[in-house]
Amino acid sequence: MQATGRLRGFLPGMTASTSSNRSSDRLLYWLLLPVFVVSILPIMRLGFEGVMVGGVPSLGYFQDVLGNSTTWQATANSLYTAGLGTVISLLIGGSFAFLVALTDVRAKAALVFCFMIPMMIPPQITALSWVQLTGPSSALLNAFGIAPAMGAPQPLYSAEGIALLLGIQHASIVFLTLRANLRMLPREQIEAARLAGARGGRLWWQIILPLTSPGLIAGTAMAFVTALGNFGITAMLGIPANYATLPTLIYQKLAGFGPSVLGEVSVLAMLIGAIAICGVALHHRLVSKRDYRLMGMVGRPLDISLGARRPLVEAILWAVLVAILVVPLLALIATSLVPAFGVKLNFDNYSFEAFREVLFVQPSTMRAFQNSFMLSVGASLTLILVCLPLAYVMVRRPSRLTKLINLMVEVPYALPGVVLAIACILLFIRIPLLDVSLYGTLGIIFIAYLARFLVIALRPVMNSFSQLDPALEEAAQACGAGLGRRLRDILLPLVAPAAAAGALLVFLTAFNELTVSALLWSAGNETLGVLIFNLDDSGDTVLASAVAVLVVLVVIALMTGFQLASRRLPKGVVPWQT
Amino acid sequence: MADINLSRISKCFGDYRAVNQVSLDIADGEFVALLGPSGCGKTTLLRLLAGFEAPDDGVISLGGQVVADPQSNIMVTPEMRNLGIVFQSYALWPHMSVARNVGYPLEVRGLGRAERDCKIKAALDTVALGPYADRSPSELSGGQRQRVALARCLVMEPRAVLLDEPLANLDVHLRETMQQAFLDFHRRTGATMIYVTHDQAEAMAMADRIAVMDKGHIRQMAAPETLYREPADLMVAGFVGAGAVLPISNVSIHDDRTCSVRLGDADVAARICPNLVRKSNTAQLGQAGICLRPEDVWVDDAGALRGSVEDCVYLGGRFRLSVRIGRDQSLPVYANRRARIGEQVGLKVSDGWVFDRMQDEAA
Ligand SMILES: Nc1ncnc2c1ncn2[C@@H]1O[C@H](COP(=O)(O)OP(=O)(O)O)[C@@H](O)[C@H]1O
Ligand SMILES: [Mg+2]
Repeated sequence: MQATGRLRGFLPGMTASTSSNRSSDRLLYWLLLPVFVVSILPIMRLGFEGVMVGGVPSLGYFQDVLGNSTTWQATANSLYTAGLGTVISLLIGGSFAFLVALTDVRAKAALVFCFMIPMMIPPQITALSWVQLTGPSSALLNAFGIAPAMGAPQPLYSAEGIALLLGIQHASIVFLTLRANLRMLPREQIEAARLAGARGGRLWWQIILPLTSPGLIAGTAMAFVTALGNFGITAMLGIPANYATLPTLIYQKLAGFGPSVLGEVSVLAMLIGAIAICGVALHHRLVSKRDYRLMGMVGRPLDISLGARRPLVEAILWAVLVAILVVPLLALIATSLVPAFGVKLNFDNYSFEAFREVLFVQPSTMRAFQNSFMLSVGASLTLILVCLPLAYVMVRRPSRLTKLINLMVEVPYALPGVVLAIACILLFIRIPLLDVSLYGTLGIIFIAYLARFLVIALRPVMNSFSQLDPALEEAAQACGAGLGRRLRDILLPLVAPAAAAGALLVFLTAFNELTVSALLWSAGNETLGVLIFNLDDSGDTVLASAVAVLVVLVVIALMTGFQLASRRLPKGVVPWQT
Repeated sequence: MADINLSRISKCFGDYRAVNQVSLDIADGEFVALLGPSGCGKTTLLRLLAGFEAPDDGVISLGGQVVADPQSNIMVTPEMRNLGIVFQSYALWPHMSVARNVGYPLEVRGLGRAERDCKIKAALDTVALGPYADRSPSELSGGQRQRVALARCLVMEPRAVLLDEPLANLDVHLRETMQQAFLDFHRRTGATMIYVTHDQAEAMAMADRIAVMDKGHIRQMAAPETLYREPADLMVAGFVGAGAVLPISNVSIHDDRTCSVRLGDADVAARICPNLVRKSNTAQLGQAGICLRPEDVWVDDAGALRGSVEDCVYLGGRFRLSVRIGRDQSLPVYANRRARIGEQVGLKVSDGWVFDRMQDEAA
């Protein structure tokens, strides 16, 4: 090595490259513009509709909507079903997370995998399968001769029925957030508590529960907001029971077109948005008060021994899985196999006619599979490309603007899909300047998906960026690497697992999506969610079940594929494994 | 020519002045240590130099070229400064092999494969890590990671190497080995080095000059022996080396370097800070203090300065006593025999350093 300290005052075009570096920084900020256009502008456009009556600013719609008792009835119903559903999610998802993460139950990987499936199944299919399981014409119950009598009311067509299914559907959300939190729980803190004499219930109530409360609160908030905006379950169970929630009220308002529809819907959307934001704000308040940063060795899993009770606990866990996953799926399959809806299924009369019909006779099924596949792959790829630099700006170059964007990207996800759909219609029905309309194309669904799922892709990447030691980037900077190079060589490889996990979640969520596309689809542009909903709505329950079975099979096949590949993928790519 | 110049640099975080009016001149090829208690602004100063933070005020120049000057809106980015930096956390990239980590600066500069491999090999050999080129950083020990970080910074032949508490995470034994490695490297390459540490022994062992920092200020910058023998103020006297500072009131000045001081019943010949001599012409000497190092004080029953033993610790080969001489003044003293607690002893003082105790209030 020769002398290195000598002045090599050589810095070619230093001033020039300094300024170009600044401008590449500024370039990053331009990224905020499309994010703004896609995810925030539509919401603002819809809000505008609510405060303009006949072209003049007015609070007329507010008076109409807020003065109407059905609004408040629907609000109360929404709060009741979402609240009760969240409690159920918390009970199921919470106990699963605690037992799987902290105790020595066996076959954890299989338990986690099966527990994730309900989240990946579209809510309307969940609803469909449960209705078919429990109703008088239940193919499964009829096969055993234990179905309720014909004409008896379907027990799920009720507030509690809706809450139960919401609870089951979103239990995995609580499970995922809580499990992430529990994995950070250093075993020393539990061991210290045990040395201090804490045992059994005391250990759970005084140490483990408080330490994991941030995860519990976050999971609860997310389950609540998601339940509040749920359309699939509340529509399939609520509409037959004449039980309106805010999302179904909006849907029904839209069905009966009229001059004041958009304004009223806008006000209802603001109402539901306000409730969602209250939920999120409450969550932030609660979490900010408890800064339980966990210290100590992380990564050694805790194995509280259940002793003699282990077989019992395992039996209960698997029984719950059978109840929430296997039985409804069996019911769905049974329905798809009956020759006609309501006919008793037995070993002589089952038929694959419905599958033949949807796969080979009706062109819409294959089309819907294609559309949903393209949309979800496209959305996850696009979002990940946007989210990498976006997350970088938000984490490493925080400003008032990025903080605002950080809050606003939550809104399209928290609002019910129908509301987002209307907002997109309003904004993109005629794009100013370009004078083209996206309405009636796959394009508008695509944009709505980008808006809705941005936050799903963004959060894991942001978390990953904020956990990276800033020195890793600074070291590259000191080596002379400019922003682009640093992003490519250092940051991207390091956050790639989180980005892949985000992309996978977006894909699986978008593949099943119904609520957004329910309003945005047009002939030839159906998604899978829309197809199932329409088939069921028009009485072709057997066909709807057949499509639903196919969707579930595809989702499980995809998940299994990722699961099998997970050993070759970098750690953290498969979301249910991290 | 001085290589690195900082002129009245300030940096605030909110209302807090992490770095306050710091001026430093570091010569080309010099090994300078930045020493100070934790939280005094050492890292911030280093980051200002590297370009990761922009100063609020002041001018930084490297080799005569201004790289940061908020007044004229100049701020050269870190990637254009050609300074090597070794972080406390090493900041190795986990997804790259050791060789690629080391070779990354060359990759950025667009060097060809062959030339790159050659330089990587040379750099790895310098830090004795040649056989580890294809390992992943996670398979290395702490000391090895430290050396990879150093090699990565050497390979780009930087104008200066900045090190932020590079040995803080290593065990004592490894620390000595690494200190030697840094010194060897400095002697061989002649690179300018700025070494941040809170460990005074480390700073004294390695640096040509030490800048002592406290609360964002540089208190004194001098060679280690000067810092030890002639601390400029109370903070430096207390932070660097063992010893005690006693307030004194009775000073008779002989010339502008020496004086004698009345300590108890004893007259002690001491050196005096020229600043204080100058001040004594205009003001009183009421705020003077004397810094006594334990090796300049010994137990002697004939000593006129008397005190009682408060504490006695065996250091291996000798004892360190703490002797109380006034109401609330005590001195560390080396002795070669054990002393009883409470025992009355006489002390002889051979040397001391007299300076203005209130110096730091003025700074
Ligand atoms: N990015 C920052 N934001 C706010 N305060 C900071 C920041 N960096 C450092 N500080 C504060 O500046 C002071 C000096 O910090 P630092 O330079 O890291 O000290 P040292 O390296 O000497 O321990 C500390 O009080 C620290 O809290
Ligand atoms: Mg520091």
